Amino acid sequence: MSGSVGQPPAQSREAVLRLQGVQFAYGDLSVLQDVNIAIHERDFASIVGPNGGGKTTLLKLLVGLLQPRAGTVEVFGVAPQKARGRIGYMPQHSQLDAQFPVCVLDVAMMGRLGITRPLGPYTREDRDVTRRALADVGLVEMERRPFSALSGGQRQRVLIARALSCEPDLLLLDEPTASLDLRVQDDLYELLGRLSEKLTVVLVSHDVGFVSKFVKTVICVNRTVHVHSSRDLSKEAIIQLYGRDVRLLHHEHQGPCTHT
Amino acid sequence: MTDFLDALSRLSLLRYALATGLLASVACGVIGTYVVTRRISYIAGAISHCVLAGMGFARYMQVVHGWSGFTPLWGAFLSAIIASVIIGLVSLRAKQREDTVIGAIWSVGMAIGVLFIARTPGFDQDLMSYLFGNILLVTTGDLWLIAALDVIVVGTGLLFYNKFLAVCFDEEFARLRGVPVDFYYLLLLILTALTVVVLVKVVGIILVIALLTLPAAVAGQFSKTMMRMMIWATVLCVVTTSGGLAISYRPSLPAGATTIVLAGALYLAALAIRRFSFSMGRR
Repeated sequence: MSGSVGQPPAQSREAVLRLQGVQFAYGDLSVLQDVNIAIHERDFASIVGPNGGGKTTLLKLLVGLLQPRAGTVEVFGVAPQKARGRIGYMPQHSQLDAQFPVCVLDVAMMGRLGITRPLGPYTREDRDVTRRALADVGLVEMERRPFSALSGGQRQRVLIARALSCEPDLLLLDEPTASLDLRVQDDLYELLGRLSEKLTVVLVSHDVGFVSKFVKTVICVNRTVHVHSSRDLSKEAIIQLYGRDVRLLHHEHQGPCTHT
Repeated sequence: MTDFLDALSRLSLLRYALATGLLASVACGVIGTYVVTRRISYIAGAISHCVLAGMGFARYMQVVHGWSGFTPLWGAFLSAIIASVIIGLVSLRAKQREDTVIGAIWSVGMAIGVLFIARTPGFDQDLMSYLFGNILLVTTGDLWLIAALDVIVVGTGLLFYNKFLAVCFDEEFARLRGVPVDFYYLLLLILTALTVVVLVKVVGIILVIALLTLPAAVAGQFSKTMMRMMIWATVLCVVTTSGGLAISYRPSLPAGATTIVLAGALYLAALAIRRFSFSMGRR
């Protein structure tokens, strides 16, 4: 009950992410069953599905914050813990202390941990890489602003810059568009779409409506996982995922659904 | 105030007291900032109260068994380290029962201290000075120990500034970047314990927690970065410890309690100013 839709020819390239027969449960509560996914280089994939369906669990399996009950998770061909140096991770920003006394540059520079020297202040190189990351997200002018004084969309962009300053080959984002207004969401997706020309982007979104415009691959999660090419995401697939007909925005589907 | 300055030039014990306050302020500003931003005031409170066990034990050994060099401050040092490691491991392992277990350690630590003091011949004066501090009784030996701890605490706190900042701000991200988060958490608790020891002479173990958190909390209201918060917290700590000493001198009030009331007043004033400027800004 699963498939793999990367950019053709998928088989000839190393998979950035490969999950095989993955199961996960919190205690007796089964969250994910028989998950098989392969995501290839420079894909832009969105993990979608209803709340409690296992989206964030899947993301945490991908970075090795959780361990599967069964099956294997490989990132760049190795266990996620070993691949962390190549992963830029962005958590949900609502988990962070909004009043924390820290400026934009200092937050973004945290991505240099693990790369910078073990002791003492950050180096000039750390600063340069971080400034480039801030330029990528259009915040270079704001590096001295307090994080607490930013809008929700700006905070998300700072956290994306922090993930970029890791100089990652894979960007993993947990609900980057949560609680943002539509225009800001669109800007953010456009930014991520641009980034996916250079690296692989996988994000979690509770919002199906927006994925089809920028996203290449859709990973539908609700206990089990189905992978679609975004242009093939059909009404039937949505109904199967959410159990009813969800109204879709920005949805232009052509061709048949590959999912069976 | 002129009385105080006059006395300062005449009395060495007052100069020692002032020096203790200044030294303590640096550790207090740096570590207090971490305690406030990492939200571990409760854990810092537990560590500070456990210190009574060590102080009571040291005093008991001094008086009853003649261990003259084992001063209560060394006892505080020992027990603070032990308490911080135990409490740290408990809070890392027992996530669900964390507050219950730490509350228990808090009380048991104090109880052990009280038992030792009860078995030590002498006056209850000792107990009062451990609980509420007596900055006028600082000896040269105490001052050296405090200075040494200050260097260790501030040096370590600044050397690992980037790591501590990342761990306080977003622990999960720091972990993913390969930072040994649990190690830094324990290290932070040990530094907190050492700061408590530095502050014990100034305000005593019961009042420590206010001096550790209030100046940092005030500084946090107007600081844009954690480094500035540390600097301002240190400045405010200097103001409160010196101010407390100066104010308490003439009417001969307890210096520790005066210092804490001053810190509390500063915090309230900062809240009021913030509220006021916020409502002005809205207009």
